Amino acid sequence: MNQMSNFTKGLLRENPILVLILGTCPTLGVTSSAANGLGMGLATTFVLVMSNLVISLVKSQIPDKVRIPSFIVIIAAFVTVVELVMQAYTPGLFKSLGIFIPLIVVNCIVLGRAEAFASKNNPLSSIVDGLGMGLGFTGALVILGSIRELLGNGTLFSFRFYPENYTTLLFVLAPGAFIVLGYMIAIVQKINKAKK
Amino acid sequence: MVGALLVVTLVSGALLGFVHQMTKSAIDLAREKAQSDAIASVLPPFDELAPTLKVLPEEGADSIEIFPALAQGHIVGYAVKSYSNNGFSGFISVMAGVDTLGNFTGYEVLEHKETPGLGSKMGDWFRNKEKEGQNVIGKSPGSVNFTVSKDGGDIDAITASTITSRAFLEALRRAHQGVTTLSEKNHGE
Repeated sequence: MNQMSNFTKGLLRENPILVLILGTCPTLGVTSSAANGLGMGLATTFVLVMSNLVISLVKSQIPDKVRIPSFIVIIAAFVTVVELVMQAYTPGLFKSLGIFIPLIVVNCIVLGRAEAFASKNNPLSSIVDGLGMGLGFTGALVILGSIRELLGNGTLFSFRFYPENYTTLLFVLAPGAFIVLGYMIAIVQKINKAKK
Repeated sequence: MVGALLVVTLVSGALLGFVHQMTKSAIDLAREKAQSDAIASVLPPFDELAPTLKVLPEEGADSIEIFPALAQGHIVGYAVKSYSNNGFSGFISVMAGVDTLGNFTGYEVLEHKETPGLGSKMGDWFRNKEKEGQNVIGKSPGSVNFTVSKDGGDIDAITASTITSRAFLEALRRAHQGVTTLSEKNHGE
C-alpha cells in the first residue's frame, strides 16, 4: 500500500468517526464549540502519531499475550504528556477540555489503530496512518463543533454571526450532538457510496 | 513476557517523570497567574495583598481562602476564593471581591463543569449592569436576599439554569459569610 493512500484513507474513506464510528464519546462531549473540537482533535492526533510510531517500533519485542496492556501503557504515557504540556502552556484550552484529555487513553481510535495497523506495519506507514486518522478525526470534530456552535450559540470560533436571542440551544446540548453527527455520517456514507 | 511489560512500564514511567519535571514550574506559574489575575479583576485597585487567611465560614463546610487587599496600608477589600458543591455538575469555584462594607465588587468563575450555553453563562449573567434583577455587583447578602427569585430571593436566575444559579449564589453567600466571620474574629481580639 503506498503512503498516499495510507494517509488519505483516514480523511474520508475510513474516517474514524464518520465511517468506523470509533471514539464517539469525546466526539459528542467536547464539540460544543469549534475551538474545543480543534484542540481535542490535535491532541488526539499527537497521541495517535506517537503511539503508532512507538508501537510499530517495539512490536516484535512484545509477546502477544501482553500486547494490549503494553499498548495501553504506551498510549497512557503519551496522553499524560499531552495533559501536562497543555496544563502548562495552554491553561485556557486545558480548562475547557478538562476530563476529556485523560479520556483519550480509552479512545477506541488510538487503541484501534495500534492493534489494527501499527502492530502489523512498519514505522513510516504507521506514522502516516496515525497522521491521516488524526486529521480525519480533527476535521470531523471541527465541522461538528462549528455546526453546533453556529446553531446553538450563534458564534463560530467565538466570532458572533447573529444575536443570541435567535439561537437553538438544543444544538449545544447532547441531543444536538447526536443529530448533527447522524447527518454527517449519512452525508459521508452517500459520498463514499457514490465513489464506488 | 513479564520482562517486556516491565520494560514498557519502566520506560513510560521515566518519560512521565521527565515531562513532569519540565512542566511543573510552568504549571504552577500558570495556576498562580490565573489566581492573581482573578484577584485583580474582582477588586478595586490596590497596592499589595496581605497574607492569605483561611476561614471556616460555617460548621461542617470546607474552609475558604481570603486574600485581604491593602491600599496605602488600609484594607480596601477582600478577594475570597469560595465554592459550591451543588452545581448542576457538581463543584463550582468562584473568586469573589467583597469591599469593607460587605458589598460585592466583582467575581470571576475559576472552575466549573456546568452545561455550555446554559449554566456556563454565570460568568457574565450575574454582572450584567443593564439588568438590575440579575446583577450582584454592588449588592450585599446583608441587605439583599441572595437566593433566586423562584425561592423567594431577590436575584433573577439564569434562564433554564436554576440549579447552577442556586449553587453560584450559595458560593457568593459563603464568600460573604467568610468575610463576616473574619471581621467578627478581628473585632473580638
